[in-house]
Amino acid sequence: MNSAPALNPFAATELESQKGRRLVLTKWVMFGFCALLVVPLVLILVDIFVKASPLFSWDYIWQNPVNKGKAGGLWAPLVGTFYLVIGSLLFVAPVGILAAIYLNEYAKEGWLNRTISVAVTSLAGVPSIVHALFGLGAFVLGMLPAINRLIVDPNHPEKKWEAGLLTASLTIAVMNLPVIITSAREALGAVPLAFREACWNLGATRWQTIRTIVLPNSLSGILTGIILVVSRAAGETAPILFTGATYFKFIADSGWQKLFPYSIGEPFVAMSMHLHVICTQISKMPDVMKFGSAAALIVLILLINSFAIALRVWLRGRKRW
Amino acid sequence: MTDGTPHLEFCNLCAFYGSKQVLKDVTFTVPRNSVIGIIGPANSGKTTLLKTINRTLDFVSGGRFTGDVRINGQSVRSMRDPNELRRRIGMVFPLPVGLPLSIYENVAYAPRRRGVTDKAELDEIVERCLRQSVLWEEVKDRLQMLGTRLSGGQQQRLTLARALSLSPEILCLDEFSIAIDPVTTMRIEDVLKELRKSITIVLVTNLVQQARRLADNTLFLWRSEMVELSPTDVAFSDQPKDRRTYEYINGIFG
Repeated sequence: MNSAPALNPFAATELESQKGRRLVLTKWVMFGFCALLVVPLVLILVDIFVKASPLFSWDYIWQNPVNKGKAGGLWAPLVGTFYLVIGSLLFVAPVGILAAIYLNEYAKEGWLNRTISVAVTSLAGVPSIVHALFGLGAFVLGMLPAINRLIVDPNHPEKKWEAGLLTASLTIAVMNLPVIITSAREALGAVPLAFREACWNLGATRWQTIRTIVLPNSLSGILTGIILVVSRAAGETAPILFTGATYFKFIADSGWQKLFPYSIGEPFVAMSMHLHVICTQISKMPDVMKFGSAAALIVLILLINSFAIALRVWLRGRKRW
Repeated sequence: MTDGTPHLEFCNLCAFYGSKQVLKDVTFTVPRNSVIGIIGPANSGKTTLLKTINRTLDFVSGGRFTGDVRINGQSVRSMRDPNELRRRIGMVFPLPVGLPLSIYENVAYAPRRRGVTDKAELDEIVERCLRQSVLWEEVKDRLQMLGTRLSGGQQQRLTLARALSLSPEILCLDEFSIAIDPVTTMRIEDVLKELRKSITIVLVTNLVQQARRLADNTLFLWRSEMVELSPTDVAFSDQPKDRRTYEYINGIFG
C-alpha cells in the first residue's frame, strides 16, 4: 500500500455523521427506559430468590407447613392450588370454548352478537375482588344451601358442604371465562373463511366443518389461552378469599390422603392465600418462610407460562397454511 | 350428449345483497348434459347466479333471492337439507383453496363425510378425481403432503378434484382456469368435454374463447341482466341476437 486515497467518496459528510450520532443517542435513551422497566423486576426476583435460597430442597415442596407456616414446607397449599386450577378448568374450558364457537361460527352479525361481545370484554375488566363477592353471593350463599338441602342427612347435620374447592373453582372459572372466550374467538377467527366456504360447498355441515377444519387449526391459540388462564388461577388471592380458601388446614402427611387431601365441600389452602396469610397475619413469622413462599409461587407461574410459550412455538411450527 | 330435457331452470330469478340487486329477472333453462357458458364483465352477477344453485348465497350476510331455481323440476328451496343439495353440485370458485389437510384427504373429504370408509374405494375416488383434474401425475408420489403447500395453479386443480369427488350431476366452474397455465387448461378442457357426456356443466368465464370452445349455449350477463342466450355458434357469429353481445365478445364495448 502506497498511501490511503486522499478523499474517500463514500465517507460520511459532517451532516451525515451528526445525524448518525443522534440516532445512536436515541437508541441508547430508549434502551435506558427499557432497562428502567426490567431492572427493578430483576432486582426483586434476585432479592426474593437469594433470601429464599436456604429453603431450596425437595423437602420444602414435599412437607406440610408446620406451626402455622413458621417451619416445614409447602405441600398442602401446593396441592390446594393444583386442584383449584384443575377444578376451575373443568368448568371454564368447555363453557368458554363452546361459547366462543357459538359466537364465532354460528351467531349472525347483529346487535345481539355485538352486545355479547361488549359484555364479555367488559367482564374481563372487572376487578377480581368483585368476582370474589359475586362468587360469595352466587355460589357460597346461593348454591351451597341449595345443595345441602338435597344431600344433608338430618341426623348428621355436620356433614354439610362448606365453601371449598367447588365454590372457589367456580368463582375462578367465572373470572377467567371472558379470557378464554376472547382468546378462543381470536384463534377461531384466525382460520380463513375460505376454508369454511370450501367445506360448505362440498355439502359439509357447519359442525363437520368446525370439527374437521376449524378446531384442529385453532387448537394452538385455544390452548395458549387456557394456559394463561391457569397461571391467573394459580396466582389470584382475592377470588378465593371468601369462597373456600382458609388460613390453615392440617392434611395427612402420608399415603393417598396426602395426594388427595381435600374433598370438594371443605375449605382448602392455596399458595396465593398461604403467602398472604404468612406475610400479614402471623406474628414472629421468620422472613425466610415468606420469601420461600413467594419464590415458590413465582416459580410455579413461570413454569406454567414457559410451558405455554413452548407449546405456542411448537404449534406455530406446525402451521398448515 | 344432451337429450334436450331441462336439467337446470332459472325462473324470474332476482338476487339481492341487502338492498342492492345483483340479478334482475333472469330466466333460462340448461338442457341435461350440456355446457352453458356464462360470460359478462365483472360485477354482472355471474358468481351470484352460481351461488343460488347450491344455496350458498344463504351464507352471505344479507344475501337472498326471489324467483326460483329448479333442478330436475324440483325447487332448490323445497329441499329440506341444503347440504344434501350441495353434495349434488360441484362448485369451483376462482380463488384456489387447498384445505389444510393432505392432498389425499382434500379429495377424500367429501366422500368421507358421506360415509365412505373403505380404503380401496377412497383410493379409487382420489386417483380418479386427481386424474380428471390433471393433477395426478404431479402429486401421485406425495399424496400425504399438505394441500396448502401446492402452488396456486395446483391448488386450483385440487379444488376441481374436490368438486369432482362428489360425483356431481351439475358442475359449476367459476373462472376455474384463472391460475392454471394454458397447456394444462387445454388438458382440463379435454376432460370437461369427456365429462359433459354424463353431467351438466355451468361454465362462468372471462375467457370468451373458452366459452366458445366448450359451451353448447352461451349466456351474456350484463349489469345484472340477461342480454342474450343463444347457441354458442350464434352468439359468437357476426350476427348475434343482441348487438351488445357482439361488442362484448369482440372487445369494442364501451
